[in-house]
Amino acid sequence: MIKKNDIIFSNLYGFKSPLIEEASKRGDWKDIKKIFKKTPVDIIDEITKSGLRGRGGAGFSTGMKWNFMPKGDKKQHYLVINADEGEPGTCKDRDIIRNEPHKLIEGCLIAGYAINASKCYIYIRGEFYNESIILQKAIDEAYKKGYLGKNCCGSSFDFDVFIHYGSGAYVCGEETALIESLEGKKGQPRLKPPFPANVGLYGMPTTVNNVETIAVVPTIMKRGYNWFSSLGTKNNSGSKIFCISGNVNNPCNVEEELGVPLKYLIQKYAGDVVGGWNNLLAIIPGGSSVPLLPKNMCEDVLMDFDSLKNLGTGLGTAGIIVINKQTSIVKVIARLSEFYKHESCGQCTPCREGTGWLMRMMERVVNNDVSRKEIELLEEVTRQIEGHTICALGDAAAWPIQGLLKHFKEDILKNVERKSKVA
Amino acid sequence: MGNNFKKIANEELQPDNFSFSNENLLKAKDIVKMYPKNYRESSIMPLLSMAQSQNDGWLPKKAIEYVSKFLNVPEMKVLEIATFYSMYNLSPVGKHHIEICTTSPCMLRGSDNLLEKLKNWIGINTGEITDDNKFSLNRVECLGACVNAPVVKINENYYEDLDLQSFEELINKLSNNKNVKMGPQSSRKGSEPKK
Repeated sequence: MIKKNDIIFSNLYGFKSPLIEEASKRGDWKDIKKIFKKTPVDIIDEITKSGLRGRGGAGFSTGMKWNFMPKGDKKQHYLVINADEGEPGTCKDRDIIRNEPHKLIEGCLIAGYAINASKCYIYIRGEFYNESIILQKAIDEAYKKGYLGKNCCGSSFDFDVFIHYGSGAYVCGEETALIESLEGKKGQPRLKPPFPANVGLYGMPTTVNNVETIAVVPTIMKRGYNWFSSLGTKNNSGSKIFCISGNVNNPCNVEEELGVPLKYLIQKYAGDVVGGWNNLLAIIPGGSSVPLLPKNMCEDVLMDFDSLKNLGTGLGTAGIIVINKQTSIVKVIARLSEFYKHESCGQCTPCREGTGWLMRMMERVVNNDVSRKEIELLEEVTRQIEGHTICALGDAAAWPIQGLLKHFKEDILKNVERKSKVA
Repeated sequence: MGNNFKKIANEELQPDNFSFSNENLLKAKDIVKMYPKNYRESSIMPLLSMAQSQNDGWLPKKAIEYVSKFLNVPEMKVLEIATFYSMYNLSPVGKHHIEICTTSPCMLRGSDNLLEKLKNWIGINTGEITDDNKFSLNRVECLGACVNAPVVKINENYYEDLDLQSFEELINKLSNNKNVKMGPQSSRKGSEPKK
C-alpha cells in the first residue's frame, strides 16, 4: 500500500506547525518559480495526464475542468475553492486547512495561473472558525514572501486570495449554489447550462474546485504526473484522504492510494469494526449521499471511483461510515433523511416536498408502522425525486433509502410482520 | 427539535440601536473591498457574521437594518440571508451557545445519549436558553468532524471525542467559569489513529 515517501499530506494530523517555516521544510513553495516557467497550457496538460479526478465527490477530471475555461479572452476569470465541507462522514478538508494550509494556497496559485484567474475566493464553512484563522495567517505569510499579490513569485502574474465565510448551509457545497452565496444571495443552485466555466461568479468564467483537489496539485507539479499516475489503479490515480467514522475502534483520517481494499483500510488504520470484522453490518463508502454496501460486498471491494460505481454506489468524498450489527441500520438512514430535509434549499418541488415526505415515511419504517405496499411506494417516490431536481441534493436524499431497500428490504418486512403478529 | 433562535426576538428583547464598533467599522470597509464594486451584496454574509459576534451571538432587527444601510442594499435582501443560513441567530443565545451534532456519524457514537443527559444537566430543551442566560442549546446537522465524533460546538470552538464523563466535566467547568481545552477531549491531538 502507500509508501511513506509517497504521502502528500505529511502533516495531516498537525504534529508539526502549519505555518510557513515548517511548511517549507515539507517542500511547500520550493519549486514555485520553476513551475511559473511553464505555460498555463503545459500545466493543464500535466494535470490532465496525471489522471487527477476531483476529490469533492463527483470525480471529474480536474485537467479537463480547467480546460473548459475560455482562453485568450479579456474577461476577469475566477478560481473558487469549495471549503464548505459538510457531507456527513467527511472531514478531510478541515485537516488540510488547519494543518497543511500552504499546500492549498500554493495549489490555488498554480490553478489560478493555469486558468488565468487573478482572483481566488476560498469559501469556507462558517463553523470552521479556528481553521480559517490558521488559513488567513498562512495567506498573510504567502503575501509577505511575495508568493501572492502583484507580480507574484517574480512573474508578471497578479494573484489575490480571499476567504469568504459560509454560514451553515449544506447546499452551498454545490458549485452553483456556492457561487450564488458568494454573490450574497440565498444558496440556491442554478440551472446548467450555462456552466460556471462560461458564466460563473459575477457572470464571469469561473472554476470551482474542492480543497483536496487543489492541495495535491503542487506535489503533482513537483514530482511529475508520472509519479502521481503510478499510484492507485487504472483511471483512478493518486492517493486520497479517507475518513473512517462510525462503529470502528479507532475512527481516523488517513491518506492511502486509491484502490486500497476497504477491509484493509478499516483493519489496518481504524482498529477494525467494533466487535470484530464479522460484526460488520454495512458501510456507507463515500459520504452520506451514496448507497450503502452490505457486509458481503465489503469483503474484497476496492476503494476507488470505478470499483464502487460497478457495485451501484460511489467513492463520493471517501467518507466511510461503518455500521455494525448492534446498530439499527434503518435508524441511521432515517437520520440521514432528516438531514436532507433540513438542508433542502426549497427551490425544486420534488426535493422540497419529497425530502419531508421521505423523512416522515422513514420515521414510520423505524417504528415498523408500514405495510409492504407502502415500502414499495417509498421506493417509487425516491425514483421520482432522483433526477428531477436542479442539483444533486434530491438524488442524495433518494440514494441512501434506495440502498437500504435494495439490501435490507426483506429484513424490514420481517420486522413489520413480526410486529403486526404481536399486535 | 425546532431551532427557536431563528425566530425574530420579541420587541422587549430588541435593542434600540446597533452600530459597528470602531474596530469592526475598519474591518467592514476592508471586507467591502474584497468584492467588485458593483456587487455590494457579497458583503452581506461577512458583515452579518461580524454583527452577530459583536452582539453576543445574535442579530437584532437593528443590526439587519444597519447592515442594509451600510451596504445600501434593500433590508429585505439582508433579512432573507439572515433567515436562510442556519448560523445566524435572530434571538438571544446564552453565554455558552451549545450546538450538538446528531447526524448519523455522531449518532453512531452516542450523540443522542449525550443530548438527553445534557438537557438534564442544564435543565433546558433544544431551542431554549437558561434563566441565567448562561447556556442555550441547539441541535445541529453535520459539523464536519466525523472521525472525532461525537462533536459539540460551543460558541466558536469544537469539542471532540466526547463521552459522558468528559462531556459532563466540560459542562461543569463552563458553568463554574473555569478554563476548558478545545478540540479532542481524549488523548488524541487531531484525527490520527489512536496508538
